[in-house]
Amino acid sequence: MSHIELPPPTAPDWHRWRSGLFGGWGNSLITLAALGAFVWLLQPFLRWAIFDAVWTGTAGECAVDGAGACWAFIGAKLRFILFAFYPPDLQWRPALVVVVVIALLVLSALPRFWSFRLVPLWIAALVFSWLLMAGTLTPPQVSTNNWGGLPITLVVSIAGLAFAFPIALLLALARQSSMGIVRTLAIAFIETLRGVPMIAVLYVAMLIVPLALPSGAAIDKLLRAQIGVTLFFSAYLAEVIRAGLQVVPWGQREAALSLGLGYIQTIRLVVLPQALRAVIPAIVNLSIGIVLNTSLLAVIGIYDLLNAARTSATDPTWLGFYTEAYVFAAVVYFAICFTGSRYSIWLEKRLNDAARH
Amino acid sequence: MTSTLQPGPQGPGFPSRLRTWLGPLPFQQLLLFAGVLAIFALFGSNTADSMQRMGLTPGFGFLFHQANFEIGETVFPYAAGDTYARALAAGLANTVKVAMVGCVLATVLGVALGIARLSGNLLLATFVHAYVELLRNTPLLLQLFLWSAIIHALPPPRGAYAFLDSVYLSNRGVYVPSVSLHGLSWAIWLPAILLTAYASLSLARRLLTGAAFYMPKAAVTVLGSLIVCSFALTSFGLAATVDLPAKGGFNIKGGLSLTPEFFALLIGLVVNASASISEIVRSGIQSVKSGQWEAARALGLSPAQILRLVVLPQALRVITPLMISSFLDLTKNSSLAVAIGYPDIVSVANTTANTTGQALEAICIIAAVYLTLSLSVSALMNLYNRRVVLRGELRR
Repeated sequence: MSHIELPPPTAPDWHRWRSGLFGGWGNSLITLAALGAFVWLLQPFLRWAIFDAVWTGTAGECAVDGAGACWAFIGAKLRFILFAFYPPDLQWRPALVVVVVIALLVLSALPRFWSFRLVPLWIAALVFSWLLMAGTLTPPQVSTNNWGGLPITLVVSIAGLAFAFPIALLLALARQSSMGIVRTLAIAFIETLRGVPMIAVLYVAMLIVPLALPSGAAIDKLLRAQIGVTLFFSAYLAEVIRAGLQVVPWGQREAALSLGLGYIQTIRLVVLPQALRAVIPAIVNLSIGIVLNTSLLAVIGIYDLLNAARTSATDPTWLGFYTEAYVFAAVVYFAICFTGSRYSIWLEKRLNDAARH
Repeated sequence: MTSTLQPGPQGPGFPSRLRTWLGPLPFQQLLLFAGVLAIFALFGSNTADSMQRMGLTPGFGFLFHQANFEIGETVFPYAAGDTYARALAAGLANTVKVAMVGCVLATVLGVALGIARLSGNLLLATFVHAYVELLRNTPLLLQLFLWSAIIHALPPPRGAYAFLDSVYLSNRGVYVPSVSLHGLSWAIWLPAILLTAYASLSLARRLLTGAAFYMPKAAVTVLGSLIVCSFALTSFGLAATVDLPAKGGFNIKGGLSLTPEFFALLIGLVVNASASISEIVRSGIQSVKSGQWEAARALGLSPAQILRLVVLPQALRVITPLMISSFLDLTKNSSLAVAIGYPDIVSVANTTANTTGQALEAICIIAAVYLTLSLSVSALMNLYNRRVVLRGELRR
């Protein structure tokens, strides 16, 4: 751009705050009432969570009358909540998986590293995670029944997104196709999965898939759940991608075809780069939804973060500290998802700015 | 409809329309369709074999067998020994109950929060923002578990928390006042309710179609019906009594008692949905360009008039479809009831699958219930979009 853009003038912060909080009688009253209600609501919570809380010690010290939250319980059961039934002396493996996954997430979040080299990197990381957790690389082996906690939540979400992506892409293209049967099949698949609750899909994966396989064949329980999560979200992702495809004007396809590009080339070189760029923030938001919804694995007996937290409160020595366990799990989920949603907002702004210049 | 009677070119015939619908590569498409059918047939025959091996007969005949389990709470009478069909119907009624009450309460709370967010008061807006972020970034199932844990940690009925001596919170349930009607009063109340419903529906319709807003007429209808009713009630000596719950010994008597499971599910769903609804209301009202406010102000309309005549009719076009999809989400989310012990349709179907082994049929029933709901709602939405949104576009 040739001209210099100046930011619009804004009032100083303190001025904005003063008029926002005490501009006029009514506003001042609302401020005071809100403050009062906030203190009234927050005070018992703070007393429970901080002032009366037991930070260290044993379950006995938490059972004292008038004691608040028992954070000593979190200290004692932290490893169980994070890794569930994974053998304690081997818990460096899930810890390493979490570190690798988070490092890769941070790397992929930075637009300067965006390239197709990330795809094999992620595939390698997911395969590595699976082999490491299973103990194929470094015996002893650990059955997937003993996997649990944060690695399950992270790996199932990320693998769900990764495997859902190609399926969703095909579904979105099929839904726009001029071939009637292909279009109808895609619509039926997408609308069916979007119409039923996720729990029904997980029940199918748990109860029906074993019946539908030929006798003798069996698929691992975690893998079945993973397939369920993947198919469920591929339907939602397909709709997100379709919204992106609709952003690209039809004339561009016609122009590409008239230049002699084939269908696949047109889609790959002309349509998808624009369509996907338009929906990156929506895909990040959907990923947050996937992380939140993997908590439903708890219902079918897989020890994800939420189920591990819940089970930690059934330990006979630390019985019944459910509220503490849930609050802790909520903090972990919030940390992951809030970071994700801030990132999505930042990214949207950045992409919009890039599009404008 | 009457194309054959009209002069001019004929429309394309059925074979030609079929060819257009099929598009390119018809034979490969038919092959694909056959492949999909074959996969389903393979899975189907495998499932039938597996069920045979377990000694089960595929099909819905089991629905008329005796169900030997109890259901914690039902809308209509049900006892162990009734048929599975009745048990499933009881579960469906429970789903409908929590979804309907939940949608109403979530709308009230969500709209209030959305308005608070827009009120211009910075503190209030910040609080609501924090509330929304907190609820949107934690799993709903976790919220339900937490509500359930909190309710089970309440004191027993003897030491129940009381609000205004009419609402009691205890670990055995929540007690709220109930209204009961006597004698003929239904005959008087029913027309009143119908009239009010009609008036509010017509109000909504006028709002949604963006036509002029006949506030006085609707208000007169509602007020008039209320006055007639109260007059009728007092003159005939028929009354509706309010039954307040009260502490008595070890339990709380009277009023309407809500089980801890129902209450935990309801409050969890309502609080969760209110966060999205408040965002919908906020974004809907903000979607109306500020120029519209300024133009209306320049015409001399009062702030209330601007909101009613200019902003809301436009905002509601954005809000309504989103609101309906968030009602649908709430209904689908009510399936998490199975995790906290509320006997909704999923929970009852799950019990049915466990006791009879007819897992496939049970899941088909769950899917059929939710699919019917979702598809009919999306059909209605398409109708709405065609009628309202498109016409709005054209008019502009």
